[in-house]
Order: sequence, then structure tokens, then C-alpha cells
Amino acid sequence: MKTTSLPLAGKPAVPVRPRSRLRHWPAALLLLPFFAMLILFSLAPMVWVLVNSVHTEQGLSLANYNDILSSPFYRQAFDNSLRISVWSSVIGLVISLLGAASLRRVSGRLRRLVVSITNMTSNLTGVPLAFAFIILVGTNGALTLLLRQWGLIEDFRLYSSNGVILIYTYFQIPLGVLLLYPAFDSLDDDWQAAASLLGARLWQYWRYVGLPVLAPAILGTFILLFANAIGAYASAYALTQGNFNLITVRIASLVSGDIFLEPNMAAALSVLLMLMLLLVTAVNQWLLKKGARHAR
Amino acid sequence: MRAELYHRSVVAVLILLLTVPVLATLLYSLSEHWGATILPDDLSLSWYLQLWQDSAFLAAFGRSLAVCLGTLLLATLIIVPAVFVVFYRFPGLDKLMNALILIPFAVPPVVTSVGLLNIYADGPLNITGTPWILVGCYFTIALPFMYRSLANSLASINVRDLMDAAHLLGASTPVAFLRVILPNLRKGLMASLFLAFSFLLGDFVFANLLAGSHYETLQVYLYNMRQTSGHFTSAIVMSYFLFTLFLTWLTARFSK
Repeated sequence: MKTTSLPLAGKPAVPVRPRSRLRHWPAALLLLPFFAMLILFSLAPMVWVLVNSVHTEQGLSLANYNDILSSPFYRQAFDNSLRISVWSSVIGLVISLLGAASLRRVSGRLRRLVVSITNMTSNLTGVPLAFAFIILVGTNGALTLLLRQWGLIEDFRLYSSNGVILIYTYFQIPLGVLLLYPAFDSLDDDWQAAASLLGARLWQYWRYVGLPVLAPAILGTFILLFANAIGAYASAYALTQGNFNLITVRIASLVSGDIFLEPNMAAALSVLLMLMLLLVTAVNQWLLKKGARHAR
Repeated sequence: MRAELYHRSVVAVLILLLTVPVLATLLYSLSEHWGATILPDDLSLSWYLQLWQDSAFLAAFGRSLAVCLGTLLLATLIIVPAVFVVFYRFPGLDKLMNALILIPFAVPPVVTSVGLLNIYADGPLNITGTPWILVGCYFTIALPFMYRSLANSLASINVRDLMDAAHLLGASTPVAFLRVILPNLRKGLMASLFLAFSFLLGDFVFANLLAGSHYETLQVYLYNMRQTSGHFTSAIVMSYFLFTLFLTWLTARFSK
């Protein structure tokens, strides 16, 4: 019977350390399947990608990266991915920000309704989302036909950059609202009253008090939305059947296309994609640190 | 009053933006034809009847359910003991675990697929094109949700005190775990399972790249149906959406 760690009250002041790690080997065995699965299906593929991105038929070289950076086709894929991710994140962020700010000023019943709607619609992503938009605003979509009949539009080109931005923005909004809404708790209602007593107009309150307080949350949300968009594949692929040139679409077609496969090229593209994600996260961290120093 | 009106309109616009695509798809799936009118001509359930009698749809749905439920069962059997062991025996590992489980979450599935396709296309583990490779990938998708939820549940109870009390009363460690700790994890586990389920059902990337037509899941079936009638595909989208809504509702029920 083990009675070595009977605490007298609450948590023991000194953490109970096993005398020897070897004593717990049966327990450690239970961790084996866990690590095996993680290594087989998450770490090993990552390592494969890293290693093979610098491999060519001639051996170790950066030729794959060189090919990518000098190819207009791949550069277009990066341009498109970046543009679509930035625009959909910015538009999604602005809509979620306005929505989350107003959500705090409406009745509890309405607020709960909106929260459940955002929860529900966050399930509509990928292929089903693309199909829903094709039905609504595709070439023969219900809304397209209606607007065309009323003479409001000539044609809405869903299968284009703007269409992809529209669909991406749609899946960014629920995520943005769910992430930003809790951040508004850090705004004290009295501050707005105090600011207006001191003669600040509403925009001045937001410019000098509200937004600076929310800045870390806004920045963090932007990063998540951006990462979400740049790694996305299914909705753009389903919308354009792989004809829209995005990094993820390129990577997938290099490993599963019908013509010829270039897994090492796909690996190099993957590494560049990951580097972009890392860079954005690093900039975010740096800005947060700078902001924290500034606040002090 | 003007401010109140403003906030209400913003929230109304938000609701409209989010629900219009869903409602349009619902209406489309319920209508025989829909031309250039605000509302469709005649409503009927015929597209749903056709869909739910389609053997290809039922087979794809069955495959999706099988691979998702299989993964969740395996994940429960592997992750629950692992989280408990970390909390009870190796609390120092918790930090490392939290970093490790974020990797599958942070790396886009397309990138992981590149490695997986090349590692498991031949060699000792030739599982590309079988449901087994999906089970492996889906394990890593479910992992962050399940680990975090279980870790939160374990952090909210005093594992060591409960185990010591059970030991004093004569229980062995496995018995103490099964009869004292596990009941405390039930709610968190169920909530995370339903959440993970709806994420797994939504996967298209892994299913399409790694299994494709060899093991056609619901999402791949939906994509392959793109050339058929929009009414038919919207019936698929709505059936799928209602099913995930049911899962979301179950998640919320167990999260309370």
C-alpha cells in the first residue's frame, strides 16, 4: 500500500517526486501507443517533408526552392494565397469586431441566439460550404438569377478570386466572433462613460481606449484567421475544381495529380507555407511584446 | 435609443449574413425547381427521398461513420490512459504534451498528406487508399480536443488525493482509475468526443488525398456529385449539416 504522499491539508507544499523513474515503467508503457500514433501520423510526415524538400535526383540541394522562387506559376500561387488570406481575414475581422461589439449591447436572449448561430454555422466549411455558395450565387444561383432579373448585376463571378474571398470570409466570421466576443470582457463599461464625461466623442473613445485595449486580442484573432485561410484547401478546390491557383491546391496536385508527381517539390512548397505561418506568428509575438512594453 | 437601434441592426445583419447561405440551401433542397423568383415554386421532400434511397450515398455515409467512430474508440482507448498517466505519474510531461498535441493542429492537413502519401504508399506499412490511414490521421485531428478536455477535467479534481484514498481502501491502481477517476472524466470526454466527431466528419483533405475513390467518405461522395442537380447536392449538404448540428447540440449538452 502506498501511503507516502498523504497530504494533510490541500495540496502538498513539496511536489511528490517518484524516487526513481524506473519505478513507473508500467505506467510509461501506457504512453507508448500515444507516442507511436503521434510519431507515425504527425511527426514522421513532417520530418519527411523537411528532409525531402532539400532532396533532388542530384542529391542534397536547394534546387527545389530555387525552382519555386523563379517560377511565375508558383509565385502566382503564393500571391493568390496571400491576397485571399489577408483580405478574407481583414474583412472577416472587421465584421466580427462590429458584430461582437454590438452583441454586448443587445438583450441576453438575442445574444444567446447569435452565439448558437455562430456555433452552428462554424460547421459549414469545406465542400458543403462551396456547394451552398454555388447554389446561392453561382452562375445559375438563386440570388444571381434574381439580381440579374432585377438588372442589379450583369454577372457575379463566383469562380474567381473574389468568389474565393467571399467564401473564405464566410467561414472566418463565426470563428472571429467566437474568438473576439470574450475579449470584450476586458472593456469596462465605466471607461466609456468616463471618456464621454471628459468630452471624448464615441470615435475618440474607440480610437484611444477601446481598440488599444482590444489590440492583443484583435492581433491574435487575425493570426488565427490568417493561418486558417492560408492552410485551407477544400472549399477553394471544390469551388473551382482545383483550377484556382493556391499554394495548397498546388501542393495537393503535386502529390495526387493525374499527370506526373513531384513529391519533393510538394515538400519544398509545404516548407515555404510553414515558414510563412511561422513568420506571421513571430511578428505577432513581437508586436505583442512591444505593446506590453509600451503599456508599462 | 439610437445606439440601441444601431446595435440591433448590426446583430441582425450578422444573423442574416450567417444564415442566408444555410437557408437558401435548405429551400433549394426542398424545392422541385427554383428559377428567378424570390421563393421556389413547389416544395417537396422528393430530393431527400431520392438521396436517402441512394445506395452510393448510404454506403459513403456508412464509411464515414465507421472510420470516425472507429477512430474515436481507438483515440479514447489510447488518450484517456495516457492523460491519466501524465497527470498521476509524470506531471512534468504535461508541458511537452501540450506542445506536441498542437503540432497536428498547426500544420495544414495538405502538408501532412505530402509526407503520409510518401511514407505509407509502399514499404512495411502500405496503408494508403485504406481506411487505416484515415484512422491514423483522424486520431491526430481528435487529439488536441480530447487531450485538452481530459486534462481540464483531471486538473479540476485532485487526482493524487483520490487515488491515495482509493489505495487506502484497498483498491489497486487500475481499479481506482476505473472506478474513481474515470467517472469524473465522463462529461468532459463525451463533450470532446462529439466535438471531435463533427470535425472528423468535416474532413475532405485527408479523405480525398489519402483514400479518394478507394474508400469514398461522405465528403468525397459530395464532391463527386458536383455534376448532378443542385437540388440533389443541397439535399446532401443539408443532411450533413443537420447531422453535425445534432453533434454540436450533444457537445453543448455535455459541456454544461
